[in-house]
Amino acid sequence: MLDATEGYITEDGRKIGGVVMEMKNITLRFGGVVAIKDISFDIREGEIRAIIGPNGAGKSSMLNVISGFYNPQEGEVWYQGQKRPPMKPFEVAQQGIARTFQNIALFEGMTVLDNVMTGRIRQMKSGLFAQAFWKGKAEQEETKNRAFVEKIIDFLEIQHIRKTPVGRLPYGLKKRVELARALAAEPSILLLDEPMAGMNVEEKEDMSRFVLDVNDEFGTTIVLIEHDMGVVMDLSDRVVVMDYGQKIGDGSPDEVRSNQAVIDAYLGVAHE
Amino acid sequence: MIYRESGDFSTTYQQDSQTFPIRFDRYRYYVLLVLAFAVVPFIINDYWVNAVFLPFLIYSIAAIGLNILTGYCGQVSLGTGAFMAVGAYACYKLMTAFPDINIFFHIIISGGITAGVCVLFGLPSLRIKGFYLAVATLAAQFFLVWMFNKVSWFYNYSASGQINAPERTVFGVPVTGAQTEPWAAYLFCLVFTVACAIIARNMTRGMQGRQWMAIRDMDIAAEIIGVNPLKAKLSAFAVSGFFVGLAGALFFAVYLGAVEVGEVFGITKSFLVLFMIIIGGLGSIFGCFAGAAFLVLLPVLLKNVLVGGLGWPTDLAAHLEFMIVGALIVVFLILEPHGLAQLWRVAKEKLRLWPFPH
Repeated sequence: MLDATEGYITEDGRKIGGVVMEMKNITLRFGGVVAIKDISFDIREGEIRAIIGPNGAGKSSMLNVISGFYNPQEGEVWYQGQKRPPMKPFEVAQQGIARTFQNIALFEGMTVLDNVMTGRIRQMKSGLFAQAFWKGKAEQEETKNRAFVEKIIDFLEIQHIRKTPVGRLPYGLKKRVELARALAAEPSILLLDEPMAGMNVEEKEDMSRFVLDVNDEFGTTIVLIEHDMGVVMDLSDRVVVMDYGQKIGDGSPDEVRSNQAVIDAYLGVAHE
Repeated sequence: MIYRESGDFSTTYQQDSQTFPIRFDRYRYYVLLVLAFAVVPFIINDYWVNAVFLPFLIYSIAAIGLNILTGYCGQVSLGTGAFMAVGAYACYKLMTAFPDINIFFHIIISGGITAGVCVLFGLPSLRIKGFYLAVATLAAQFFLVWMFNKVSWFYNYSASGQINAPERTVFGVPVTGAQTEPWAAYLFCLVFTVACAIIARNMTRGMQGRQWMAIRDMDIAAEIIGVNPLKAKLSAFAVSGFFVGLAGALFFAVYLGAVEVGEVFGITKSFLVLFMIIIGGLGSIFGCFAGAAFLVLLPVLLKNVLVGGLGWPTDLAAHLEFMIVGALIVVFLILEPHGLAQLWRVAKEKLRLWPFPH
């Protein structure tokens, strides 16, 4: 087993750091329904960590626990070596955890540029009065952050739709804009909830390339939920497998692929 | 042909994020400012100031205030009339209690007081949305108007229950009271209107505006990416209250001079300002001016044409006005929910390419 501080080197030679986030015995209940049952796993700096499982396994609930949207009844979330107290989602975001949504959650009335700029909220601190007069700090901050946002826009190849209201864009581009908004926050952990849902093969290839590029270029730790097994096995360094709210497997893609419990969950088991 | 942006390239991000990125627009804006400040004051008379310019300028400020709350932050408010009353009564109390301080500061402080009251009535917005919030602000409307009628401290125990603006001067020129020259009242309001529009525009094109719009478009997503909903909503209420309070103070002190709260700042005023931003355009500063101009000019125009031109009775013209405004609101909501501002945008798009559509 890997210890908490040492990293490891992946097959393709990327260096993975120590544990940045650890989930300890998380249990989440909605009334009588147990969505997540006693799950523990860790996320290491710089790795691409996938969470997979059949429908209703509790993957999205797990992501919501990480992003502070749900507070688990039992268990602890440890982030950067500290136990995280119950927090509001915006406080979690301020700590550097950004996410995208399964059903796109962009601000439809705003332009692409404004959407991505909103992602910079963590870095923009000028007060209401400074902004009212648009002088000094407010303007410098705006320009500086605009420059960063333009880099992200270039990176994700959405320059041509910069000034378009998001409501007018097709689905695939919206997904990309949402990724851009999350990236603009310079997150230490990026949570992607089914980034490839509803895409055709080409769009999936594009998106996979962006996910790998993001990890490579910015060294961002990525936690990813995905249904397409091919994509998951190709992209991720380590995989958590969930079924009915429980963890049934954890390890490298190859280990998971040969795990009997995982095969049973996905292919079904003959009743004896 | 008329409207060109060719040859206009922004080379810095400051240039790209300015209020009027297109040179033509910028020059038109400067020309308009020069006209408003240096030409109009010399040619207007009492009728134009009182029938057109003062109500237009003051309602524009109120519409900017409501638009920030409703159009940018998505929090519907039906309490605008009452918040204008807060501004008016705050201004009255300040004018009578501290006669030595310049009226200019009284009006700004009145805006600040209204901001506080508005935040107080905005607190329910953290829990309730949409129609339910509208009803909560409706409670503010009735409660505040009742309070200004009931508590005689607010109108200094005067027998009539009215408040009257005493004469106050700026640089030795009276701007309130009976001796006010039309041009002085006009310039005084114009300064406030221009300042408010610039401040509102700066806030809405920066991070504050993005936070408000994020809350409006999808509050859950906004919270997840780090917008503090408490701060964003209450700051919208505060800024909105400040502008509406300014408008109320100017409406009382400069425009009317004497106010009876139920008549002037009743629920009809709340709806009038709401109609202005719906017709003008939600989420647009230009729309505030367009809507205010439209609803101020329409009655004047109808009266001049129908009563003055065709010789119809005055009450008939007044009733026609109600019907036309009502019909227009329905038409706008169905055909162009983004109002005159969107029509203007579409017209500009068309003009850019005219006469060659491709």
